[in-house]
Amino acid sequence: MAIKVYGSDFSIGTYRVLLCLAEKDIDFELVTVHLASGEHKKPHILARNPFGQIPAFEDGDIKLFESRAIAQYISRTYADKGTCLINMDPKKAALEAVWIEVEAHHFNRATTALMWELCMKQFLFGQNGDEDIVNAEEKKLVSVLDVYEARLSESKYLGGDSFSLADLSHAPMIKHLMGTEMKRVFDAQPHVSAWVADILSRPACVKVFGVPVY
Amino acid sequence: MAIKLFGAVGSTATLRVKACLAEKGLEYEFVNVDMSKQEHKSPEFLSRNPFGQVPAFEDGDLKLFESRAITQYLAHTYTDKGTDLIIKDPKQMAILAVWIEVESQKFEPASSKLAWELAYKPMFGMTTDEAVVEENEKKLEQVLDVYESRLSESKYLGGESFTLTDLHHLPNIKYLMGTQTKKVFDARPHVSAWAADILSRPAWVKATTT
Repeated sequence: MAIKVYGSDFSIGTYRVLLCLAEKDIDFELVTVHLASGEHKKPHILARNPFGQIPAFEDGDIKLFESRAIAQYISRTYADKGTCLINMDPKKAALEAVWIEVEAHHFNRATTALMWELCMKQFLFGQNGDEDIVNAEEKKLVSVLDVYEARLSESKYLGGDSFSLADLSHAPMIKHLMGTEMKRVFDAQPHVSAWVADILSRPACVKVFGVPVY
Repeated sequence: MAIKLFGAVGSTATLRVKACLAEKGLEYEFVNVDMSKQEHKSPEFLSRNPFGQVPAFEDGDLKLFESRAITQYLAHTYTDKGTDLIIKDPKQMAILAVWIEVESQKFEPASSKLAWELAYKPMFGMTTDEAVVEENEKKLEQVLDVYESRLSESKYLGGESFTLTDLHHLPNIKYLMGTQTKKVFDARPHVSAWAADILSRPAWVKATTT
């Protein structure tokens, strides 16, 4: 198969790519990389991602890494398939790009530690998260979501009127955090809450993650 | 003037956009945001960047923030002006996109923390946190080891020509070259040569002196 994704469960980046492929209804082969055994640091994966991380991706002879770059490649290359993820109007695409950057920097920084404390530690070591860290990180997330609430009260989706890569990029992390005590932080903001329900119930999201259980 | 950049003179993110405007040879109005007077947290500025950070940008009725979204807009919109900062060939553009993310996700976190500790804090009379410096120099070394390998097979990060990904590095490299972290760049011959090359570009010199 021309398209291969090298990734794993609990990898936000892997899910970002899988969601993109699902929105576009594109066939692919998923090659599981076993993080627990350190496979991501072995030569055959380092050859695909010199930082020894997943996901890695190939489409024929094109080999890529960094999930956001892969998502942009899929969105542009397969623009005519499935959901349009980057607006054809350059000005609208520029607004989407702003919120793609907001996810990559503000949202990512406010959620990565929470993912570790509340999801990964449990999954990997059966441990609970550090309460002090969770409390401090929650404040950051609330602060970021205040901005999102204002944005989503004037715009149906982050980038504008239509669902785009800007929204999709958030879905994997939100999906995981909604299964933790952080659910109440998203629920507390009405426009954010409605947007979360909307993006997580999309057919592509259900295909990758299953039906939301809450 | 159609293009306006709202920024602060010493801000790395503002410099990132200035560098892009200079490479493209675009005229613009620079509107100074006085951070010492908390102007970046004023309601007027927050309406331009809800996170209260510089820069903010407008081109006619289009209003943007996030420096890398602004530079990408400029690079894709003004393709016929100045330096070509993106690559037309889709396969090469895909590779360029990878290294744009590498700067954003790998280089930026470590380099911005070091710039803050070693360049900005002394300017504001604040004390450098040596533990943060040590931790982030280690991280930067790991990132630059990957860059050394990449630049030994590719003249620039995105390919054979200077593009947006190289440009995005300029502000943080500029500040770090004036600190002890310079040695991390100097220790890697291809990285060192690349850094010297991009720092000497006329557009960068213009962006940092005007």
